[in-house]
Amino acid sequence: MVRPARIAASARELIMLRVEVSKRLGEFVIDAAFASEGRVTGLFGVSGAGKTSLVNMIAGLLRPDRGSIAVDGETLDDTEKSAHVPIYRRRIGYVFQDARLFPHLDVCGNLDYGRKMNRLAEDHALRRRVVDLLDIGDLLNRRPGKLSGGERQRVALGRALLSQPRLLLLDEPLGSLDEERKEEILPYLIRLRDEAGVPMVYVSHDPFEMRKLASHIVMLQRGRVIASGGSEILLSEAARIPSSQKSG
Amino acid sequence: MFDISDTEWTAILLSLRVATVAALVATPFGIAVAWLLARRDFWGKSLLDALVHLPLVLPPVVTGYLLLLSLGRRGLIGAWLADHLGIVFAFRWTGAALACGIMAFPLLVRPIRLSIEAVDRKLEQAAATLGAAPWQVFLTVTLPLTLPGVIAGMVLGFAKAIGEFGATITFVSNIPGETQTISSAIYSLIQAPDGDAPALRLVVVSIVIAMAALVGSEWFARRALRRLHGN
Repeated sequence: MVRPARIAASARELIMLRVEVSKRLGEFVIDAAFASEGRVTGLFGVSGAGKTSLVNMIAGLLRPDRGSIAVDGETLDDTEKSAHVPIYRRRIGYVFQDARLFPHLDVCGNLDYGRKMNRLAEDHALRRRVVDLLDIGDLLNRRPGKLSGGERQRVALGRALLSQPRLLLLDEPLGSLDEERKEEILPYLIRLRDEAGVPMVYVSHDPFEMRKLASHIVMLQRGRVIASGGSEILLSEAARIPSSQKSG
Repeated sequence: MFDISDTEWTAILLSLRVATVAALVATPFGIAVAWLLARRDFWGKSLLDALVHLPLVLPPVVTGYLLLLSLGRRGLIGAWLADHLGIVFAFRWTGAALACGIMAFPLLVRPIRLSIEAVDRKLEQAAATLGAAPWQVFLTVTLPLTLPGVIAGMVLGFAKAIGEFGATITFVSNIPGETQTISSAIYSLIQAPDGDAPALRLVVVSIVIAMAALVGSEWFARRALRRLHGN
């Protein structure tokens, strides 16, 4: 099976993501349903609202107790039909808050990992595009241990993109960075949105990042969707969340 | 004093061969068992754990006798292996390697298991999201990150195999040139008149081998760690 190079800017920027799941995690219950069609779906909410659990279910790291998940019409999870596509067959890229680069591989090895695992043909043009897009050309022979937090996150972005996913999940990719590093990475994320042509789900508790990046926002609170729509919902709804809950 | 005779050389080389083969053959099994114990929950897991550790706590002579009963020429498994596959362990150097491998197994498994438990599962999850099937995750992430533990286990197993005495002499006896390792050669020498000098020579040799193994493993482990963390 030969996959088209999805990263080349194309009409494939819109994706239909349909999520309707419930999951009990100890005392916490997630019961969320939303559908999104757009370049960047923003999952917004305070920490503990269930954003990461929801993304983990989309990635296949977590299985819902009940419900279904579909991307572009393909069912990834459907508990009624006992359908569950394993993580490694979903072709959903994931950029974690803590980068999770492989410490035993250099930057090159990390970037090429997804391509090798998926047995994709080498695509020099694509690789150059991603490396240029993220400005990581000078880092290629370094080990993750020798990178700054911001560099690590850029390499993690590149690694996920080069596995040629149909959807890219970003879970608070700026979360572990200080203000200065955030300023460093944010422009890359905007470039990614505008040039990479891969639809994204962007998770954050920061309304500023949401406004900058997301085309459709899903607002979560205690495991439930409380609003869904354009960035205007941030104005009305974000004000209602007490600031004491926003920390962390 | 340091004029090592031919019979002594034979014993030294045989010991090295037996211990090397024992450690090398036991390693893949050790990795598999360590992975099962570290990562899987299944019925009978504590039984497997106990079984692996049994040679550590049983008197070696018991382990050797059990091997003789099961794998000797008239043993249930031994007879079948000899008749159908032509494999004979009893009174052969391969039998010595088997006995050493079994005695060394618990020491080999332990460091591997600990280092598998220390591998960050989040890295394995990341590999899966990049399209790696479980076996690919194991080969490309888990195993390379476990390498220092595998080396430590192999060296520990090798050292144990070099020193093994009780199970080996019970199972395959003490035949010069076939099953007489350094340990059993020393045992024979100190029972013979005028055996003190050659026995002492072999004692020195075994100390040198043990030291070399430890220093070598330290070096390998440090190199592997450096490779992992990219310093």
